[in-house]
Amino acid sequence: MDLSYTDEERAFRDEVRAFMAEHLPASLSDKVKRGQTLTKADHEKWHAILNAKGWLAGNWPVAFGGTGWNAVQRHIFDDEMTKASAPRIVPFGLAMLGPVLQKFGSKEQQDYYLPRILNGDDWWCQGYSEPGAGSDLASVRTTAERDGDDYIVNGQKTWTTLGQHANMIFCLVRSSKEGKPQEGISFLLIDMTAPGVTIRPIVLIDGEPEVNEVFFDAVRVPAANLVGEENKGWTYAKYLLTHERTNIAGVGFARAGLENLKRIARLERADGKPLIQNPHFAARIARVEIDLMAMSTTNLRVVSKAAAGQAPGAESSMLKIKGTVIRQEINALTRNAVGPYAMPFASEGLTEGSNAEPIGPDYARAATAQYLNNRKLSIYGGSNEVQRTIISKAILEL
Amino acid sequence: MNFDLTDERQMLQDGLRRYLGDAYTPASVSAIDAAERGFSPAIWQGLAEMGVIGALFGEGDGGFGGAGFDIALVFEEMGRIGAVDPLLDTAILGGGLLAALGTDAQVSSVRDVIDGTMHLALAHGEPTSRYDLTRVTTTAQKTPTGYRLDGRKAVVVNAPAADMIIVSARTNGNMAEANGISLFLLPADTPGLTLRSYPMAGGGQAAEIVLDGVEIGNAARLGPENAALGALETATARAILAISAEALGLMEAIRALTTDYLKTRKQFGKPIGQFQALQHRMADMLIEIEQARSAVINLAGHIDAPAALRDTHVSATKNLIGIVAKQVVEESIQMHGGIGMTQEYALGHLAKRLTMVDHRFGDTTHHLERFITLAVA
Repeated sequence: MDLSYTDEERAFRDEVRAFMAEHLPASLSDKVKRGQTLTKADHEKWHAILNAKGWLAGNWPVAFGGTGWNAVQRHIFDDEMTKASAPRIVPFGLAMLGPVLQKFGSKEQQDYYLPRILNGDDWWCQGYSEPGAGSDLASVRTTAERDGDDYIVNGQKTWTTLGQHANMIFCLVRSSKEGKPQEGISFLLIDMTAPGVTIRPIVLIDGEPEVNEVFFDAVRVPAANLVGEENKGWTYAKYLLTHERTNIAGVGFARAGLENLKRIARLERADGKPLIQNPHFAARIARVEIDLMAMSTTNLRVVSKAAAGQAPGAESSMLKIKGTVIRQEINALTRNAVGPYAMPFASEGLTEGSNAEPIGPDYARAATAQYLNNRKLSIYGGSNEVQRTIISKAILEL
Repeated sequence: MNFDLTDERQMLQDGLRRYLGDAYTPASVSAIDAAERGFSPAIWQGLAEMGVIGALFGEGDGGFGGAGFDIALVFEEMGRIGAVDPLLDTAILGGGLLAALGTDAQVSSVRDVIDGTMHLALAHGEPTSRYDLTRVTTTAQKTPTGYRLDGRKAVVVNAPAADMIIVSARTNGNMAEANGISLFLLPADTPGLTLRSYPMAGGGQAAEIVLDGVEIGNAARLGPENAALGALETATARAILAISAEALGLMEAIRALTTDYLKTRKQFGKPIGQFQALQHRMADMLIEIEQARSAVINLAGHIDAPAALRDTHVSATKNLIGIVAKQVVEESIQMHGGIGMTQEYALGHLAKRLTMVDHRFGDTTHHLERFITLAVA
């Protein structure tokens, strides 16, 4: 047992830290610190900086242009990115589709799409959820019918995160109605600019159009865009979902959020004294900090197991639940901390180029929006209830 | 970063688990219930012979361990079986203070502790001191040849079995002052020292102690005069690691019992573990037990850190353990239903012992407040 990093791990951490200090533009980290919405250009700029260093694809093997890092190195990298207030790496191409293509894609698909993901030629989005298929993903109804060398796709996807920036979408589609629901699903790559694709934004309760609906009306998709075998898409989707995700606990986000919360609670005054000296408020901060201290070690335990080649199973579900609960509590406390200045609905103040005179302190502006937005954490990626069922199946083996 | 056990610790864990599994039989448990001392001398001797007590001491003190992860490993195993042996009192508190503060003559008793031939108890808490280590009203007045002790000590765990008792008393200062606390090592049969012994919920024995004009020589003093608080804090930090690891073992044992029960107990025509209402509660319990394990690892890894950092982890861990312990106890009894309420079923003893963890060395509220002082405010 040794809780500290090895010399090599420490050296790597220092290298990453130095890189962030030198290459992360202040224009980006300032936005992240203030909780402002990042533009497509912001994301692309940061991806290009990381790609130039060869650090964009932390979970890809070297052979495909990735870093070949192990789980501990990826954890260190994520941690340092968060500490530096770097934009998160947009996951759809890099963390989600990339590993699927590497495992199940054809040589042609790998050679064509993987470099384009690294170079930022394509912006991918994820076409999984449908109006009738949320946590119950196997009930997808968007259909793909074979017609010569093409598939004809009809249906609707929803909750498509940042789909407004995307030119490509990877989709689960129903290619057969035979057998169990899981058995007739295929994994298709679809060009969003093809005739018959329309996209409509969904504005969320924080005021941001972060997600979208995507409609497919007789969209022709070349059969060459099928990943793997027809009707085997469920296997690939599951691989994507269970593909070791070292960052599922969001420890870095939680730690940054906690630091921000404490900073605000020291600045805010209640009864003429710093809010952080209010024993009830301090107790709520202390409880979440204690939970985070333990969860961060739970996370490291899973990470180091993964680095040793053991695939995490139900542990990922445990981390997802505990991590999201902690982050949501920090968001709630931050909203409480800013007091009445949580009330101005300031979504336009979070968008670049707004000329509006700011209302209230700088740190108060994103508190409500982030609280509202992060209700998603316990819903997406398999709701926390679905995760509990996964855990209980693993323990109870019923 | 490495979360694996070393080969030596793996061997100790395997051996200890096997030994305790064999030693704690229904017959030995009912013998313990009937015994005056609250534990089995035979099991204690077995623990000493396999080196379990020695694993809690450093090489300089005649042991072969003493690191945070040694303590965590041993006590987790003790917890898993619901063991009632006074390892914490005799070895961690008593032995730990002797090793840290003792003169050559006093330190030699550590060998007897490791051999299993000496039992110790720490008489520090008082009827109104609650969890505050500085609140000492028992007095030690100077006499021509030494000291005279007067006062009362509360819930002195293992005192009924102790050969020697370490007593704290004021040689200076006011009731709650950090300075002025001294320790004394005296034989349990010293005249003027009386015990009122009783069994505890969850096993083991304790006593209320009255010190009425107890005359002792200068040689009985353990460590420097007036300045025992630091050593008491260190010993308490190690004791909190031990009891937290024991709590973790108890949680794991309860989890296993409850899981088995959910798989076998049938109601409405199927195993009750197939009901989602129970599945999700079980999942939540598992998540929190993993949190408890991480908290124990955090404390074990910082037990020799500078006091401020160590104590941040002490209070974080003890707070979290107390919260999780309550959840595990209450949820496991609830999911068992009526059978979980019976004296006879194994859950009862484990649940009681786990419940009592929050009543030693500071409860969740105490440690939340302390954590706020150390890390938040």
